[in-house]
Amino acid sequence: MSHFEDHLMVAPIVLPLLAGAAMLVLGGERRRNTNAALSVVTTLALIAISIALVRIADASPTGVTSVYRLGDWPTPFAIVLVVDRLAALMVLLTSLIATAAVVFSLARWHRVGVLFHPLFQFLLMGINGAFLTGDLFNLFVFFEVLLAASYGLAMHGSGSARVMAGMHYIVINLAASLLFLIGVSLIYGVSGTLNMADLAARIPVIRAEDRAYLEAGAGILGIAFLVKAGMWPLCFWLPGAYAAAPAPVASMFAILTKVGAYIVLRLSLLLFGPEAGASAQFGSEWLLLGGMATIAFGTIGSLASQDTARLAAFSVLVSSGTILAAVGMGQPAITGAALFYLISSTLGLSAFFLLIELVERGREPGADMIAVTREVYGEETEVEDSAEVGIAIPATLGVLGLAFIGCALMISGLPPLSGFIAKFALLRAALDSGSDGVSPSAWIFIAVLILSGLAALLAMTRAGIQAFWASPERAVPRVRLVEMAPVIALLILCAMQTVQAGPIMRYMSATAQSLHAPHDYIRGVLRPATARMHQPEGGA
Amino acid sequence: MEVVLALGIGVLAGSGVWLILRPRTFQVIIGLSLISYAINLFIIAMGRIRTDALPILTTKAAGDPAQFADPLPQALVLTAIVISFATTALFLVVLLAARGLTGTDHIDGKEPEA
Repeated sequence: MSHFEDHLMVAPIVLPLLAGAAMLVLGGERRRNTNAALSVVTTLALIAISIALVRIADASPTGVTSVYRLGDWPTPFAIVLVVDRLAALMVLLTSLIATAAVVFSLARWHRVGVLFHPLFQFLLMGINGAFLTGDLFNLFVFFEVLLAASYGLAMHGSGSARVMAGMHYIVINLAASLLFLIGVSLIYGVSGTLNMADLAARIPVIRAEDRAYLEAGAGILGIAFLVKAGMWPLCFWLPGAYAAAPAPVASMFAILTKVGAYIVLRLSLLLFGPEAGASAQFGSEWLLLGGMATIAFGTIGSLASQDTARLAAFSVLVSSGTILAAVGMGQPAITGAALFYLISSTLGLSAFFLLIELVERGREPGADMIAVTREVYGEETEVEDSAEVGIAIPATLGVLGLAFIGCALMISGLPPLSGFIAKFALLRAALDSGSDGVSPSAWIFIAVLILSGLAALLAMTRAGIQAFWASPERAVPRVRLVEMAPVIALLILCAMQTVQAGPIMRYMSATAQSLHAPHDYIRGVLRPATARMHQPEGGA
Repeated sequence: MEVVLALGIGVLAGSGVWLILRPRTFQVIIGLSLISYAINLFIIAMGRIRTDALPILTTKAAGDPAQFADPLPQALVLTAIVISFATTALFLVVLLAARGLTGTDHIDGKEPEA
């Protein structure tokens, strides 16, 4: 591997950090156009880098391509970044959605408040860091980076509704971060390590009397992540915060719940896989039950919501519940299908969050988010409206309607877009799950999945009728090309996922296989230190 | 020593939990601060409580690692303190903004019906 490729994997963290810092140094808000250009260039560069990472990860036989030792200390002692198939995939997904959100914001949203672009870059840095790190405490730090940036972004544009929702969001996340710290320190107290791979190697040899502390620590840590992933009953904060966030931010938030789900997926399979001895499968039945309860809660919520943004927020819950339940099933085939679902549902939801703002724009101003801003900023927004750049698209309602149908197909899982293939793969894997027939829990999972799809279709149809057919006197919203293009691009990505379903599904299966057999990951990370003995140092 | 530390953590965490369940934003922020103090002490306790242990840096020969206090929890606490300080400051700003926008310090932005 060349010198350049060695350092490529740290770029998804360093690049947004440098870009965000440069924006602040160059003058922050006074040079918004420079910031916007820098932001677009950075996110495009991130796409290129993450495609390279995915290719490198896919080419390696074990899936673990490279370990980046920050500070160049031997592995278990210092913080490492690890790229494997899953991490590379998540970084790619993040950069695709980030590019769409940044381009969307150029039309209007980056002007309704201060420091949109620097905060957005720091959010990207935190998300990418959380995906790439191989150390529990470092994960905490990256979580805090992404949360701190998301606090600012959730309240971007101000307005009392947004600030109150943002405040609730901050309190919940601070409390969850404190739980995170308790879990991390309990695990450290028992195992004496914070490196994920080293921890996985030590868990089978933890003494029996310490095992309760370890599992308590893992459980508390899990609660912290499940709050972020939005598992019922820890998800009460999510619909309010996501519905109130500005459109490009909400579209980026669609991946924030997936950060929590990603960590749950990674840690539960790495730490409590079949090799974990007495702790094997720890918590998986809770994930299954909680995930299915989340799907049910999200489904009922989406049927009950009058507001399209809340409908989208509840759909986020359904998507995250599906992934958690699939992880709880603990089978490589289902995990692979769940990863395919993760990609397709996140892309679809991001497109939907962007689209909602465009559709709602033409409706009565009282319900509109822009109106809230106008209230606070007085006439300022009106003036900026006329100064908007870019060309308006023709046949606005037709394009919006088609995009809405695309999102509805994605979210409810109907053909021809990739939502259908994802659901189909999940159902197929669940039907094949048991060697002696399908287990009762798999039947319930199948039923919940199908019902949630039906309910999503009903809710989306109703929202579509209200938005496009029910109010003939509504003004046609003015939609710019730069706003519509990201939505279309995200939907085209979903269509490409359908066309390329074979290769993508093969990648997902390989990812799931290596997640369910973590010894390659552990050996890959600890390679420089395999000769060293791992002694648990509890009770010193 | 263990009893004092355990009581300290328990009282701080208990008071903090009670406070974050209160309806006023200022109570919530104090509650979060108290819980974060409790957790900082807890992290130190997880590195084993030692008295008279050497710090990790010494000019003498390295000697037996068991003689040293575990430096990692100290590093973790330092990071946790910095992060919780920053997030508390950030939350304080949001608290003031919410007070200015809604005219009340109730966590829901409006006074409950009497």
